[in-house]
Formats: sequence, C-alpha cells, structure tokens
Amino acid sequence: MFLSIENYITMSVYQRNMSLTGEPPKALNTTEKIASAIGMVGLFILILAFFNVNLPWKGAWLTAALVLISGGIIAFARAQYAHKQAGIKNDGVWFKDLSSRGFWGWVLAIFLTSFYIVLYFFPATLGQGTDGAANTGLIGLFDPLSYLLKGQAASQWFVYGTLYTVAILSFGIKFILKYRHNSYEVIRTGSVMFFQTTFAFLIPEIMAGLNSTKDLPYYDLKNVWPLNYYLFEQWNVNALLVNGSLGMTMLLFGVASILVITPILTYKFGKRWYCSWVCGCGGLAETAGDSFRQLSDKSTSAWKIERWLVHSVLVFAVISTVGIVHSYLPKNNIYKIWEDGTVVKQYETFFTQSNFLILVGVGLTVIFALIWIFRRNELKQDARYGAIGFLFTILAFIGIHFMAGTENLFFFNHGAVKSAYGFLIGAVFSGVIGTGFYPILGNRAWCRFGCPMAAILGLQQRLFSKFRITTNGGQCISCGNCSTYCEMGIDVRSYAQKGENIVRASCVGCGICSAVCPRGVLKLENGPLEGRINSEAVLLGQEPDLMELLSNNKK
Amino acid sequence: MEHIVIIGNGIAGVTAARHIRKLSDKRITIISAESEFFFSRTALMYVYMGHMKFEHTQPYENDFWAKNRIELVHDYVHTVETDAKKVHLNSGRDIMYDKLILATGSISNKFGWPGQDLEGVQGLVSRQDLEQLEISAPNNKVCKRAVIIGGGLIGVELAEMMASRQIPVTFLIREKGFWSGVLPMSNAEMISRHVRSHHIDLREEEEMAEIIADDAGKVKAVITKKGETIPCGFVGLCAGVRPRISFLENSGIELQRGIMVDRHLETSVKDVYAIGDCAQQRDPVGERKPIEAVWYTGRMMGEALAQTLCGNPTEWNPGHWFNSAKFFDIEYQTYGWVWSKPKEGHDHFHWQHADNKRAVTIEYDLGTRKFIGINTFGIRMKHQVFDQWLTESKTVDEVVANLNKACFNPEFFKRPFQEIKQAFSSSQHVKA
Repeated sequence: MFLSIENYITMSVYQRNMSLTGEPPKALNTTEKIASAIGMVGLFILILAFFNVNLPWKGAWLTAALVLISGGIIAFARAQYAHKQAGIKNDGVWFKDLSSRGFWGWVLAIFLTSFYIVLYFFPATLGQGTDGAANTGLIGLFDPLSYLLKGQAASQWFVYGTLYTVAILSFGIKFILKYRHNSYEVIRTGSVMFFQTTFAFLIPEIMAGLNSTKDLPYYDLKNVWPLNYYLFEQWNVNALLVNGSLGMTMLLFGVASILVITPILTYKFGKRWYCSWVCGCGGLAETAGDSFRQLSDKSTSAWKIERWLVHSVLVFAVISTVGIVHSYLPKNNIYKIWEDGTVVKQYETFFTQSNFLILVGVGLTVIFALIWIFRRNELKQDARYGAIGFLFTILAFIGIHFMAGTENLFFFNHGAVKSAYGFLIGAVFSGVIGTGFYPILGNRAWCRFGCPMAAILGLQQRLFSKFRITTNGGQCISCGNCSTYCEMGIDVRSYAQKGENIVRASCVGCGICSAVCPRGVLKLENGPLEGRINSEAVLLGQEPDLMELLSNNKK
Repeated sequence: MEHIVIIGNGIAGVTAARHIRKLSDKRITIISAESEFFFSRTALMYVYMGHMKFEHTQPYENDFWAKNRIELVHDYVHTVETDAKKVHLNSGRDIMYDKLILATGSISNKFGWPGQDLEGVQGLVSRQDLEQLEISAPNNKVCKRAVIIGGGLIGVELAEMMASRQIPVTFLIREKGFWSGVLPMSNAEMISRHVRSHHIDLREEEEMAEIIADDAGKVKAVITKKGETIPCGFVGLCAGVRPRISFLENSGIELQRGIMVDRHLETSVKDVYAIGDCAQQRDPVGERKPIEAVWYTGRMMGEALAQTLCGNPTEWNPGHWFNSAKFFDIEYQTYGWVWSKPKEGHDHFHWQHADNKRAVTIEYDLGTRKFIGINTFGIRMKHQVFDQWLTESKTVDEVVANLNKACFNPEFFKRPFQEIKQAFSSSQHVKA
C-alpha cells in the first residue's frame, strides 16, 4: 500500500545528472493530479487510524480507504498510459528522481523500511491488541474486514496481507496497462494477481473462518518450503496434524511441492512458473516494484556476491530446518503426542531422529552425485563451490547427530537458530531489505540475493530444465535495453551480442528483456535439452565457416 | 610483437580488436576521440529518451580492456603517415604501427544548405551529437519545435526522441512515403501513418531550402522548397551519412566517397585496412552497396579482418542481407532483398493487418517462384530460418506455407500466418 506513493511522486520530481541526461518530459497533468489526490485521501484515512483517531463505522472508512487507494493508483496508471499507443513506456525513467535512486527514492526506501521494522518488530505501534485486548489504531481499522472473512479480529499480518493484495491488484492493473501490447506480460500478471488474491489471501482467511477448518494454521499452499521457512517447525506441523486428514494432506502437499511438483514444473517451464507467475514475493516485485527493475546491479562482482549469498542462505535454510525437525522427532521409534500432559496417541514411527538425518543425508547425496556425474561440464568450477556447500551440509548433519539429546544445534540453542533464521532471513532480508529497498537495490534484491527457494529452482533451471532465452541470429545491436531492464541483474546483452542462449540460474522469466528489445532478438522458450547451452554460438551474417574457424582456432 | 593500431572504437574497430585478441597475442591499440570506452551508438536515442543512462550503452565493463590487453588511447588522430607507419595525435603523441585499421565511421551528410552550420543544426551520429542535442533541444521550452530533414532510420529515431520530450516535430521527407526509396510503397505508407499517429507533422515530398538564424546566430526557422517558413529551435540533419575520412586526405590512401578497399579490406596502401561505415568496396558484393553504414556490416567486417590479420586471409564475404529497425512502436526486420519496386521479373506479395501495425511484404521471382526476400513489420522472424531458406533457394510458396516455423514472436502472441496464407493464395488466384 505504501508502495502506491511511488506513483504519486514519480512524475513530479526529476534530476539532472551527468552531461548526458536530459530534461523531464512533463510535470503531472490534471488527471494525474486528481488521481494522486484520490489515492492520498485513501492513504490519509489509514494515517488517521494509525494515529488512533477514533473513526466510527470502521467498515465504511476501511472500504473508503482501500477503494480510494486502489482507485487512485489505477486512475494514475490510466492517465499515464491509456492515451498512449501500446508499446514500450520507459520514457524518462532515468530522469525521474524516484526511479533513479534520487532524493525521493531514498525517502520512499526509508519509509518502506520503517514500515517493515514496525510491522515485524513493533506491531503494538500499529494497534495490535495483546492479551485479549481489542485492536486499536491501524489494525483496529481492519477488524471489520477480518470479521467478515473469518470471524476474528485482525492482526498485523492480516493488515499486511490485505495491503499486499491491494498493492498487487492495483499495480497489476497498472502493469497490464503499461504492457498491454504484450500477451505474455498480460497473462503472467493476471496469474500473479490471481494467486495472490486466492491462495495467499482469500482461501486461508476464509478457511480460518469456517467451523470445519478454523483450527488449521494459516497456510498459503503456493508458499513452498524453503521460502515458507516455518512449514516444518514443530508448532506448525502439530497444528496441521491435530486437524486430522485435511491437515495431513496439507502437510504432504507441502512436502510434495518441493520434492515432486516443483521439479516437474521447473523442468518443463523453468523457474518462471513459480517466480514470476505464482510467487507472492515475485508478484509484488513484478507489479508494485516494476518501476525499480532498472536499478539492479549488473556488474560481475554483484553476480559473484549473488551466487555466494543466495546459496549460503539455502545451506542455512536446509541445516536450520533439518536441525529443527530433528529436535522434535523422537529418539526411538515410539512416537507420542501429548496434550495437556496426557498421552493422546502413541504409535510406532519410522521417523526417528537418526533415520531422518540419514534419509535427508542420503537424499542430498544422491542429488549431488547425479549433478556431479551428469552435469559436470555445465558446472565447471561452480561444481567445486557446490561441493563445498554439500560437504558443509553433511558435516552439519553429523554435528546435529552428535549434539542430539542436548538442546543445542551445534553450539547454539535450537530456538536461537530458528529465530536467527526467522529474524535475519525471514524478516530483515526478505522484508526490510528485500522490499524496503526496492527504490535502491531494485525490485528483486530478495529474490536474487536471498531467496532459498529461488536458489533451489535456479540450480535446477541451470542444470535440468527445458527453459532458455534464445537469441535471434545476428540481429543484436548491443543497445543494452535488455540488460538495463533485467530485474535480476543479468547482463543479457553479453549473451545476445554473441548469439548465446541465456541459461542463467537467476532468470525468473519475467520476459521484459524480450519486450524491450527493439530488434526482436530475445525469446523465452521451452525446448529440447540438446544445444540449450551453446557457449560456442556463432553470430549469423557471413560465410558460416568463418566462425567455425574461430572456434576451431580456440581449441 | 606485431602492433595493430585501430582508429575508431565503434562496433567495427572493437569487433576487430576482440577477435584479433581471441586469435592471437598481438599488441592492440584502439584510438578514439569520441569516447573513452566503446559504447553502442544505436542506443544513443535511449539515453536522450531516459530509457538508459550513458553507462548502460557500454557493452563491456571498464576493466574488460585491460584484462584483454587492449590498449585504449583517448585522443584524436589528425594525420596518418603511411611511409613511416605512424599516426599523429592531437596531444602531440605519435604511435607506430605494423598494421593499421581505419574504422572511423560516419558523419552526417550536409548538402550545402544555407545555414547548415548554425547553432541548433546537427545530425545524430556521435556521442558529441547527443551532448549538443541536450544543449539545443533539452525540452519544449528551449526548443518549441524541431524540424527533421530526411526520411531515413536516423530521422525517425530523432522524431521519436523529440516526441518523448513533448517537442513538436515537423518531419520533411523528399519521398512520397517514409523511407520509400527502400520500402515498398504500401510499407512506407503504413509507417507514415504510424509516424503521424504519434503526432509528428510528417510532410512528404517536401524539402528544405534554407535555414535562417536569429540575431544570436542560432536557428530560428526553416524555409521549405515550397516556400513555407517553419519556425523552429532545432534542425536535425538526417539525410544520410558519409564516411569520416577528411583527416586522410594527404595520407596517400586512395579515397573516393569512402576509403577504397579490396575484398580483403585492405586499402591502396599495404598494411592499412578499412572496415565499417568508412570503407568503400572496389567490387561491391552481390546486390550490396559499396558503402554500407550498417551496424551488422561493421561487426562482420571486424570479424573477417581479424581472420586476415591473424594468418587466415579471408575475403569480405557477407552472407544473405538482413537488417532491422524500429519505427516508434513498429519493429521491422528484413531478410534477403525486397526492393522498393519489384526488380524485373519479380513481384511483391503484400499483407497488412487491419491494426495498421503488422505487415509482410515478400519479393519473389515470377518465373522460377524463387523467394528473394521478406520485410516484416510487427512480427518477429528467425534470422537463422530465413538464412537457411535463402541458401536453399526456397520458393515463395514454401516460404509462405512455413512462415509459422520462422516466427520469433514471444509466447502467447497471436500469429497471423493463417490469414497471410489465405491472402497469398487469393492473390495468386487473381494473378492466374
């Protein structure tokens, strides 16, 4: 929601930097000003609520606020794009203060960052009632909607979820208007809007209100472990299991998501099926974050940092999850569930601590061995880094085994490791930095540098997927639009100008490189595995054997 | 170690340097007065439009050159002394070479129009042109109207640039339709309509007679050959380009319009070569013009010359013609030859979508039905497939039947090929 501000200040402030930048095309026109005012009024209602101004008929005020905010965003987008012909709409992106890390970009970044800090760490400030007290302030304003959907009072996460959904829907409409000439973008955006509204918002909230399902924990089925890092934590697993077969089905679906569904879909379509078609983080980045995609760092050093960081987070996530699951599994094969100190059930289980560790260890070894054997050439020296990560993980498992019986995961308390992950990765990285810094680091900083799910999908996309971006013969003019607008910081041009396919682990398949290419050079495709990685590609144009000669000479 | 000196760091010179480095350990020096590092000239328009910053137009990171042992000299060459194998720089420094590559590119054509050197009158070729443009036409307050002369690729880019800053544009073109010296009339008319739909005041069959200055010596208005006076703050000269060769006049290297080269891209002087826009072929290849100011040609000449200089004498032997451009929102690609009017014994097949943004024109031989070339607008096509079809001398019927296989449109885009096939077969019935 706060993201909606982006639009309102976007057009009003420009900067002049370097000798080769220019003047603004225009200030806000009348329609844009009216749209801004409408949105600001909606925002103002939320601010009033935040400062505990007593608003009667909360339901009406909340409705007004949300309608005005989304109406303002959509009206602004219409004023920006509707009168123009369908086509690329990047005029003035680097002149606008907000979208080029100018003053207002920093103001917005600080504002968003503060919002996330308050949301994660000081929910009382937002009016979260504690110990049964009624909500006040901003969260109180959302009570009527929460009661309507699930018959309970709102929480900070309900407020966040609602605003998040409103942002994806409103900015999604903006994005569709902007890229209306491009069917891929239109359909893809429809998809993230759908998944956010239903899977992330309506279904879990409504389920929480139904008698038969109200005891189920909030579960966004499309939020796959390890992105959903608490899926296998004890409280969540227990909460699912006490709900009988429905809970069990959901838990199994969670396991199947990462072990079966994800690999199949990634094999067929690349990681884009998730990252830019389904995922909520990706959905926000693609819609509300679209104005900042050009800010991602394209340098090779950023790429290096990305690979170390994102894979370290993955290792951290795996070890942390395994450690946590291990801590609540029984030592021997009698498994009991206590409730209020009484044994409710008692049965034999295969999932003892050591069996679990062995199972995961063997699973990882098989995966690693398969990669090592079949994809060694594609990996080159990255394989060695992968081996380090693998070795580290296995050693960690051995460590976990020997620490069993103590409260520790290595030398740290289990709870401490869990909360460290939740704090560092779940809150600070994905929220405060990932979204708060949209106007500084670009809209995919979290997805690129931090998301363990993206790391898994990326490994698979690089090694075992039909997806690639193909280039068109010799048509590239090295203009750099593709690289500039790649939100993942991939230097797309460096491949296109050599005629190489782009097969990068980080590519989320948003399709913007292909859209902005003025010469029709790039195409996202699913095709055969053979010849997918063509680092010895030739540029078309002349006597073909000339380039053949070049590659022969190199050998 | 042999020292190869390259004058000009555009796509031709830089491609030659990169490929020589791939093939050898020779010492390589690139001299350029235009910019410290190689940038993509084709992207200058996007810097003015705010799509990119200048640094984004640089395809290689700044440490690329040192890493690849390519020395960069940011200076201007004022003379070349071929007897002593030496180039003289403005800074006073001399550089000795064993092999010299001239890749100096183009400058905008000026045809002796009165007022052509006034302030606010320029073309758009170099980085300096862009800097000048920022001074003359930064916005629609400083520049209340721009007049653009010449309906070619640079002219339409300049019009789009001006439009992005809401500067009103009058676009004077000599021909009956946009670029109709190259495009068949129905294609040209479609682009004319599209240019107009972007609020460009496009005047066909209109030429500039003179440019008049205000008291400060800055452009004030343009007078057309039909006698109309158009007040303006900027005049874009986009009536083509010509080789940038004036510094070579007394070098002993044979010059005509460009630097004369043989099929090995060598000039009249031993060990001096010319590539890219500035080179003029003694024997033009096939239907190609002796001078081709085209990005792809520069790149391919650089690749070919690198072979020659690294012990594998290679003739300049470009494959099938291809090119591309974008006219505001309409992408254009061409493969093979489509002439503005069909060559003798040839015919054109035209198809145009009702949206006025997509079209196809195919040239083919009426007797043999051989496919000669295709223009596509708003439809992306695969270079490789057309290259192969041209090599295999496919018939027009085979090409039309298989257009779907050559499509490079993004996923989920509508493909109009069924419609094209029907239009083609009914056009053939009419002929029969």
